Order: sequence, then structure tokens, then C-alpha cells
Amino acid sequence: MIRVMIALCLLVITGVNGAFAEDITIAAASDLNFVFRELVIEYEKSTGDRVRLSLGSSGNFYAQIQNGAPFDLYFSADIAYPRKLEEAGLTVPGSLYPYAIGRIVLWAGKDSRLDLSKGLEILREPTIKKIAIANPKHAPYGRAAVAAMEHAQVYDRVKDKLVLGENISQAAQFIESGAADVGIIAMSLALAPLMQAAGQYWEIPADAHPPIEQGAVILKGAKNQERAKAFLSFVQGAKGKAMMKRYGFIVPGETKP
Amino acid sequence: MNWIAIAVTFKLALLTAIVLLIVGLPIAYWITFSKWRWKFIVESVVALPLVLPPTVLGFYILVAIGPHSPVGRFYTDVVGHPLPFTFEGLLLASILYSLPFAVQPFAAAFEQVDRRLIEASWTLGVSKFKTFFRLIAPLSTAGLITGAVLSFAHTLGEFGVVLMVGGNIEGETRTVSIDIYDEVQALNYAGAAKTALLLLAVSYGVLLLVYAMNRKVWAVWPQR
Repeated sequence: MIRVMIALCLLVITGVNGAFAEDITIAAASDLNFVFRELVIEYEKSTGDRVRLSLGSSGNFYAQIQNGAPFDLYFSADIAYPRKLEEAGLTVPGSLYPYAIGRIVLWAGKDSRLDLSKGLEILREPTIKKIAIANPKHAPYGRAAVAAMEHAQVYDRVKDKLVLGENISQAAQFIESGAADVGIIAMSLALAPLMQAAGQYWEIPADAHPPIEQGAVILKGAKNQERAKAFLSFVQGAKGKAMMKRYGFIVPGETKP
Repeated sequence: MNWIAIAVTFKLALLTAIVLLIVGLPIAYWITFSKWRWKFIVESVVALPLVLPPTVLGFYILVAIGPHSPVGRFYTDVVGHPLPFTFEGLLLASILYSLPFAVQPFAAAFEQVDRRLIEASWTLGVSKFKTFFRLIAPLSTAGLITGAVLSFAHTLGEFGVVLMVGGNIEGETRTVSIDIYDEVQALNYAGAAKTALLLLAVSYGVLLLVYAMNRKVWAVWPQR
């Protein structure tokens, strides 16, 4: 009995590690939550490579990479982070690529009575108790949301009603679940089939906030730079660009999604 | 269900329990039998993870093993890659995080062993080392299993510490609790519910085992 248990333990311990030594590990901002899950499957199908995708807030990944996190590729929602990594010499020189410009939307659930077509003014509505955004401290989409509310001169009125998601996906989940009445999230999340089925959105004008320039970079510590490059080229290629556009991103060389 | 995350979690919990079984024994032994006046200081340190917010523990571990600390630099020089955001780093964090869950049941069990037996063994010339393995440990089996099982279960459910030092890498540091968090953010409630149910079942099963082992009377088949 004890021997069987020890054998089982050894099996579990040796079984997991090293299975994907050759794969690429990607840290991606949460606004890529839905599009990248799709894109990664497509990429894996066409190349046979395996991708390990981690989603989170850009600022957290930036801190983790500085602390030695073993990612091969970093897709930030704010190009400032990969730029800083480049300055710190933590990236493969010349690999910085501005892969998209993001957009934000006002989002509310299907059964919400709010008329979103009124734009950000609707946030003044007294029936609204909680407004979800991403944490502006480390999430670029949270900063854009704050900027847009300031631009519409509603920020001071509503700042006590804000609930902060750890990243933009969590902010979206807060509203989708009904915990928050309304929120400002990435258009890429609002256009995901699951979110489209669950709610309605209103595009916040692009001039209401500084552009959300998003940047990707290959990290110096990448175990397999060739594969990381291949994935980046896939995103830059026609197929990748088309997918990004479908999720509301403005891709390089174009001015509209 | 995410089997990779499940495998990582079980591996992490198993290794944590094994390491704590090895590391926890001498600590518990010392806590039980030392007559040092300042012993309570060590006891408090061991119990600290019980009350410390996991983010605080995680933050300190991250700073302590990061590339800017001497320990982190030494590790990077020897092994070739930094310790944070790797399975090994997570294992270290889990060991510290679950330390009291192993040491306290161990120490409590050692305390229960009749001192007269231990002293008889010593006076008969049996070394302390042998006395421990031939007398104290066998008489503390229930406590040893309780400690190992509790540290295993505690590691299964670890979230805050993993969030701080793990980095959410598939097959490496993405544990079940992080996977549930991810699934909820992806609005995959069905997937999250399945994994959550598994975790609930395993946790309950583990506690059943612990309490069944420590019961005073045999509840299911009464002794005659």
C-alpha cells in the first residue's frame, strides 16, 4: 500500500514538469482575453506549437517581468510598459511592435434600464449605485476610463461609486454578473460573443481620452526567440490583423477598426 | 476542466506536504522538548502564516527571492534563472505558508506521548534519535498524518500567495484556484463551477480523513 502511494506520488511529481519546455509563454493584457484565446487556438492549429497564455493587467505583468518572470512575449495594453522594459535592457532589441490601438465602451447588462445612447452623461443617474472600471493604478484601460469620465466632466460626481477590477476582464465580469450597474470596459471584451449576448454597449468617442496605444515585445529571457518571433509575425500578419479588427482594435496602418 | 492546473496543484500540494513532513519534524520536536526561555518567540514565528495576510507573505517572499535581493541573485547565479514565477519559487512560498499547518499538529502529537516512556527509553541508553523514530514518531502517527494532510489541503486552496509569486503560467504556476479566477473573468461560469466543485469535494474529503483519524471512538464499526 505504502509502495503504491509512493509510486503514485513520484508519478505526479515527475509527470508535470518539463512537458512544454519548447513552448512559448505569453503574458497578455486582459483586454485580449477573448481575442487571444481564439487567436492562440488558430496559431496552434497552423504551426503545431503550443502556447501558454497568461492574462492579467499590463502593470502587474510589467512588475513581474522586472522581477524575473519567465515570459517569452509580453502584450501590454499600454506601450509605455514595454518601452520601459526596452530601456532597462530586458527585451530583444528592435522587437517592440505597436500591435493595436484600443477603444473603450460603456457597457450595461441586457436587463438594465439605462439608455446608454446618452453617453457618459448617463453615469450621473442616481439609480446607478456601482460603476466598474479597471484599476487605473496598473491597468491602462482603467486610466482611459478615468480620462474619459474627466473629459465628460462626470468623474468628480461618480468617483465614490467606482468599483475597481484588478484588470479589465474582472471589471467586465463585475457588470456582467450584475454586481455593478454599468461600467467602462475594452471594446474587445464588449465584442466577444459571450458579452454581446449578455448586454449592450455604447462606443466612447476616441477623442475623449488619450489613445490606448498597445505594444508587444519579445523578452530577452525568452527561451525560444524564434518561436516568439513567429507568434508575433502571426499577430502582424493578415490573419492576426483580421481577428484583432473583428474585436474592435485599430491595427497598425489603419485608422478605423 | 483544466487538468494541467489540477496536476500542477496536486504536485505542489504533495511536494509541500512531503517537505513539511521532513522539515516540520525537527521544528516540532524542538518546540515540544526545548526548555529554552525564549521558545515562545520561535513558536510565534512558526504560527505567523496563520494570521498574516497572504499578500503580505507573498510580497515579502517576492522581495526576498527577487533578482534584486542577495538570495535571488545567488539562486540566479547557481541555477541560471530567477526563482520568482517558477514552480520552485511557488513551492518555497507554499512551504512557508503551510508551515504552521504541519508543525502545530506534529508538536501537539509529540506532547501527547507519555513522558515516562520517553525518559525510560533515554535511561535505557537508547539515543534521542532512535527514541524519536522507534517511540515518539510511531505513537504520534495520527498527528503526523494530520499535519501532512492539512498542509496538503491548505496548499490546494492557496490563492493570495500564488497570485503574488506565481505569475499565472500554465503548467508551471497556474494552480486550480487561479484557474477558477481566470475562468470567472472569461465568463466561463460552468468551467469555474466544475473546478470549484472538485476543490470543494477534495477539501471535504481531506477533512473527513483528518477527523476520522482523530476521533476517540470508532464511529462506523463500534468496537465491542
